[in-house]
Amino acid sequence: MEEFHVLAVDDSLIDRKLIERLFRISACQVTTVDSGNKALEFLGLHQHDPCVSPHAQQNLQEVEVNLVITDYCMPGMTGYDLLKKIKESPSLKNIPLVIMSSENVPSRISRCLEEGAEEFFLKPARIADVNKLKRHMMKTKCKSFDEPEKIVTKVNQESSPEIANISSGDDPCYMLVQF
Amino acid sequence: MEVVQLQRSFVEYMDSLFREGFLDAQFSQLQQLQDDSNPDFVVEVVSLFFEDSERLLNDLTMALDQPNVDFKQVDAHVHQLKGSSSSVGAQRVKNCCIPFRNCCEEQNTEACLRCLQQIKQEYLLVKNKLQTLFDLEQQIVAAGGAIPMVQ
Repeated sequence: MEEFHVLAVDDSLIDRKLIERLFRISACQVTTVDSGNKALEFLGLHQHDPCVSPHAQQNLQEVEVNLVITDYCMPGMTGYDLLKKIKESPSLKNIPLVIMSSENVPSRISRCLEEGAEEFFLKPARIADVNKLKRHMMKTKCKSFDEPEKIVTKVNQESSPEIANISSGDDPCYMLVQF
Repeated sequence: MEVVQLQRSFVEYMDSLFREGFLDAQFSQLQQLQDDSNPDFVVEVVSLFFEDSERLLNDLTMALDQPNVDFKQVDAHVHQLKGSSSSVGAQRVKNCCIPFRNCCEEQNTEACLRCLQQIKQEYLLVKNKLQTLFDLEQQIVAAGGAIPMVQ
């Protein structure tokens, strides 16, 4: 079976190291970059960047990426900005994209999901989070994957069905929120 | 020291670090990511955390020492520190960051300085504890033993 290739975007070196290990341990190939701009370069989508010569741009080959996972808070281009740019691109918009954040801000979460992110989860990412993502990556391999869109969020025992407060120390319960 | 004694000390020490709140579940996650193919993963990540934190604590000291404090900058540093401490499971350091960010919002230099002092203390404590833990690990390995898995 072919390996999945994940592109991870985070300005924090520690988090890049963590996410890389999380995916490698799940038998995925991982490329990490530290900014949205570098992510777009890697994906073959170039902004008007005076630092990249037109010659170099032509030589870059398209790489197959099965998932993009990005931090939300990054200097310059945020994860949300990156999400929008990817979804605006005809060649890239079908790549599943996941956003991570250290902050639980419901409006932020719904904005990202509305813009087309498959999932939004809180940092630090855990092994269980990564296991969930394999299903999304499968979509890019099997075109006839026929399940309805589902977003799975972690909730506390007592909380409401909307996206609720999550304390990272607890054992998460998973609840399906259907669109 | 005998291997069994060392291993016992290790388990007890690790237990105490969790019990006293120095480390949280995220540290256990790091340990689960370590295996024979990546035997030094935890030490590597924690070393990055030490480097990162020391840089940030220096930056914070300088930023709060300015005649006109740039609270946005201070907050940005604290946000980073909160992120990295959260990622390695350094719970007490992470918890210090929350009131710190509130003080930034209030643009209260004195309060920020007090928060900084506290974070420095907590950081030095956890750094010390983790180094002791890693030393114990090395002693176990040197004595020919295996490092116990602590749940």
